[in-house]
Amino acid sequence: MNGVVRYRMRHQTVYHYGGDVAHSHQLLHLAPRNSPSQVCLSRRISLDPQPSTLREDVDAFGNFVTRLEYDLPHDRLEVLAESSVAVSAPTDAAQSESAAWEEVRDSLCYSGRSMSAEFFEACRFRMESTYVRVKQTFSDYAEDCLVPGRPLLPAAQALMHKLHRDFTYAPGTTNIRTSVIEAFTARRGVCQDFAHIMLACLRSRGLAARYVSGYLRTTPPPGPEAGLLGADASHAWVSVFCPPLGWVDLDPTNDMRVGNEHIVVAWGRDFGDVSPLRGVIVGGGRHRLTVRVSVQAE
Amino acid sequence: MIDARLESYLSDTRRYDELLNSSGDVRAHWRPLIDALASDGADAVRRGVELARRLIVENGVTYNVYADAQGRDRPWVLDPLPILLTAAEWREIELGVTQRAQLFDALLADVYGPQQLLADGTVPAELPFGHPNFLWPCHGITPAGGKRLHVYAVDISRSADGRWWALADRTQTPSGPGYALENRHIVSRVFPDLLADLGVRSLGSFFVALRDDLLRHAPAAEAPLAVVLTPGAFNETYFEHAYLARQLGLPLVEGHDLTVRGDTLYLKTLGGLRRVHAMLRRLDDDFCDPVELRADSALGVPGLISVVRAGRVVLANALGSGVLESAAWMGFMPAAAERLLGEKLRLPSVATWWCGEQLALDYVLDNLERLVIKPTYPNQNFATVFGRDLKPQARADLASRLRARPYAYVAQERLAFSQAPVWRSAGGSGSTAGGKGGAQGFSARALGIRVYAIATAGGYRVMPGGLARIAADAADIVSMQRGGGSKDVWVLAPDRRSIDEVNVASAAAPVHARHDDLPSRLAENLFWLGRYSERCEDKARLLRATLEVRPNAVLWPQVQGTCGQFVAPALFDEVNPLALSTDLERLGSCASQARSRLSAENWRAISVLQREFQDAARAKRDPRETLDVLLLSLAGLAGFALDDMTQDDGWQLMMVGRRLERLQFLAELLSQRLRSGETPMQSELEWLLDIGDSTITYRTRYLAVPRLGSTIDLLVFDRTNPRALAFQWHAIENSLVRIAASLGGAPDDTLDEAVALVEEMQLSAVEGEGEGSIRARQELAETLSGLSTAAGRLSDRLSLKHFSLIDESVRTVAA
Repeated sequence: MNGVVRYRMRHQTVYHYGGDVAHSHQLLHLAPRNSPSQVCLSRRISLDPQPSTLREDVDAFGNFVTRLEYDLPHDRLEVLAESSVAVSAPTDAAQSESAAWEEVRDSLCYSGRSMSAEFFEACRFRMESTYVRVKQTFSDYAEDCLVPGRPLLPAAQALMHKLHRDFTYAPGTTNIRTSVIEAFTARRGVCQDFAHIMLACLRSRGLAARYVSGYLRTTPPPGPEAGLLGADASHAWVSVFCPPLGWVDLDPTNDMRVGNEHIVVAWGRDFGDVSPLRGVIVGGGRHRLTVRVSVQAE
Repeated sequence: MIDARLESYLSDTRRYDELLNSSGDVRAHWRPLIDALASDGADAVRRGVELARRLIVENGVTYNVYADAQGRDRPWVLDPLPILLTAAEWREIELGVTQRAQLFDALLADVYGPQQLLADGTVPAELPFGHPNFLWPCHGITPAGGKRLHVYAVDISRSADGRWWALADRTQTPSGPGYALENRHIVSRVFPDLLADLGVRSLGSFFVALRDDLLRHAPAAEAPLAVVLTPGAFNETYFEHAYLARQLGLPLVEGHDLTVRGDTLYLKTLGGLRRVHAMLRRLDDDFCDPVELRADSALGVPGLISVVRAGRVVLANALGSGVLESAAWMGFMPAAAERLLGEKLRLPSVATWWCGEQLALDYVLDNLERLVIKPTYPNQNFATVFGRDLKPQARADLASRLRARPYAYVAQERLAFSQAPVWRSAGGSGSTAGGKGGAQGFSARALGIRVYAIATAGGYRVMPGGLARIAADAADIVSMQRGGGSKDVWVLAPDRRSIDEVNVASAAAPVHARHDDLPSRLAENLFWLGRYSERCEDKARLLRATLEVRPNAVLWPQVQGTCGQFVAPALFDEVNPLALSTDLERLGSCASQARSRLSAENWRAISVLQREFQDAARAKRDPRETLDVLLLSLAGLAGFALDDMTQDDGWQLMMVGRRLERLQFLAELLSQRLRSGETPMQSELEWLLDIGDSTITYRTRYLAVPRLGSTIDLLVFDRTNPRALAFQWHAIENSLVRIAASLGGAPDDTLDEAVALVEEMQLSAVEGEGEGSIRARQELAETLSGLSTAAGRLSDRLSLKHFSLIDESVRTVAA
């Protein structure tokens, strides 16, 4: 698909608590950011009940964050994020235009000299982080994709194909506490696990790659294409630093290079930096959580 | 005389010797100490060593805390012989440490700000970006007051040529300053005159300066409040957290004692929420705020980063300051000092190679056997290794690990640490840091010193002393965890005027925290400590008195009928929740939660009591004997409660807890017995008096066999009998009046009505067999039962009023 597509998103999160929550703090990553291929046209977060404190901010990675505090008892919390964006498919540069992967790796290492802003920024995304481990196992797994001298983009795409081939998309088998090593060993997981594993492989090879949190268009365009996996909720994929092309987004869950069917909300080193909604509650007992996402192309 | 003891002290030409110069003579600044020891004789030194050991036990100085049956309490190890440093030597260390503190603060400002040094290649970006303590949520925050590093520590050692080197920097929550102070405290009692005679600089004002620094930025309009945040009583250095809090006069709190509302941090106190302006934290960086940092942390304060971001709390040290705790930074310090301070680094780091640089990696691979290899990041699954200890295969494995991920490894030169004398007792037994066998005297051990600096309005200030650590044996590893010992560091004043005050204890006079700063959780634990102490005592008394009457075939079923109603546990039953051992366990857990308020002796008495009971249970010892011992120990606790604690609101609540428990127990017991209306036998009255600990009082007062009327009078109405119900309710009333006066509001009157009903009772009719007498006894039983119920209500009311700020369940959620 080419050209610019406009989308309208609705992301509803509802907590039903078993008892009263006396006090809570929440941190939201729900408003889409801008990127070279995306312009955010509108964004609004509605809350029920109203929080005692609400602050909007931009985090260290340039994402929009909302911080909430509730200091009155409540047994239900509804967060509704509505936004619209215009997404353009990246211009299809020839794959061979990216530099050899080893060259990219070496250029990200400390040299005692100053770095360009672009490379320095990429350095944030090449180390181990909470959900992404750097280990020999991951490095070994990527060996037959990152063959000597191969340009980085086709090498990363080969890795994406391999992951897609070897791993089973299996909702419900993993959760946010599943470690990247567990998911890698089990050879199954959801988009989050696919993304973390691919990040672990790339970073274990010294490359820079970030975790992207966002959405997929829900309704497939007319034609023979099947609907995409992970379209009924938040989605996650990977962005690889491929100079001189810049950052190239790859979706290992759907084995595709990201075009104009993915909407970016936030990016970071891993899920922990950009989880859509996280918080700490006092009281509340057992809770029930419902999340609904709809993405409409206009 | 001296030389005899120095015989066992062997010089080592590869090392610098703190005591002896190159010709083997005692250095001039050590001479007065050695002479003084010589004139006191060997026995005096041995007595000093024993005194030090005793003081450590008495003061409860431990490295690992929580007094339980497994004995996780490990006593601190102190060799009372100090390390002596001249004024000139110290001046150089002081300048070097001050500069390093400045440098690290400036480096933190860059790493959490413009990241200029990372972008221009002065320092590798890999170091912060791969470090688990580098917290992106803190990037771009300007801390209140501008400083990130308030407390800094560095481990230094001397090479053979006498120069000092930095081995490790501590920038997160440096541990040990409290131990250093306690060491001084103990050593000054071992050698009471020497500190003054030698002109040793005092440590006391250092802690005053630390408190002043924390509260420097509090708005003048508010009563400033700083707290010490601890992960809790299970932490290995909890002793020090409690000790520091006491020295600084600050409340010791845990994460759930605090709450964030809006952009303000509050302490939940007895008097309500109180704003906290500064916090000395002993909790690791990423545990501090589960909303934005580690979500699985139950120890932190949700929302803390928001308060920091708003510049409304001073954290010592700033969140994320642990990022500089890696040996990898060391090699880049000279260049960073040039860039950030425009100065040469005064106190050099031990030679360090970060393997992320190709040349460094090549060098390290070629020289593995001479180097120490360390992980770059603290969360790596890699323990420090000495290259020379590795077999060829292990060395090859290490080399391939280094090649695979070079930036994750650091190599350092092995420094031959200087050596210093430790005292070794005859036979080596009982020496605080001695070796095996041999005669008593001095022996040589490797030495390292941890030096502390704090930020003050006038710049960094270095503690004139420190925590010296000595190796357990002849090896070069100085670590408390590996069984080494510690020493006091004596810095000699250049002249008499610069000693400050010589006496530490008086110099560090703690300011008293205001009464309304008392954390609710602490108050709640004190209240329940009171209740459980008394509950144990009541049950033990009941059990002992009841075991006593067992052979009496007539009395036994009666007595069983009475106490079977509310407590009839087997003595050593661990499963029964009504059993004594369960209550003792709860007593211990309340005490450990309230430990910062208990004296070392009090705490020790509680640990000993529990241990003794557990030993008795294991050995199935005679129950009566066990109960005798237990009751004696519990009486000791009651003594501590009266004589050994500050009598503030927390104490009042503890005493209310004791009185309430006693009131409830005795009222219930009497009510149970009188309910049927039958007249108790004389032996039953004796039994009741025994439980009420009033047998002797009765005998001296009435000089007769017990009668029901006078027994009731003594156990219920006699205000002069500390066991009587009337004594309890009057004492409770007094405490409630005091608490209300201190926190505002009217004293709680929950008990008043029930008390009035008891006071109206007429005792004249309780004796006798007529209908009227039976009814009188039944009425008394009912009234007493009403009193017991009211006491239960009072307990609930107090909990609601004073402890309700305590959050029962705090959880993280994610969607």
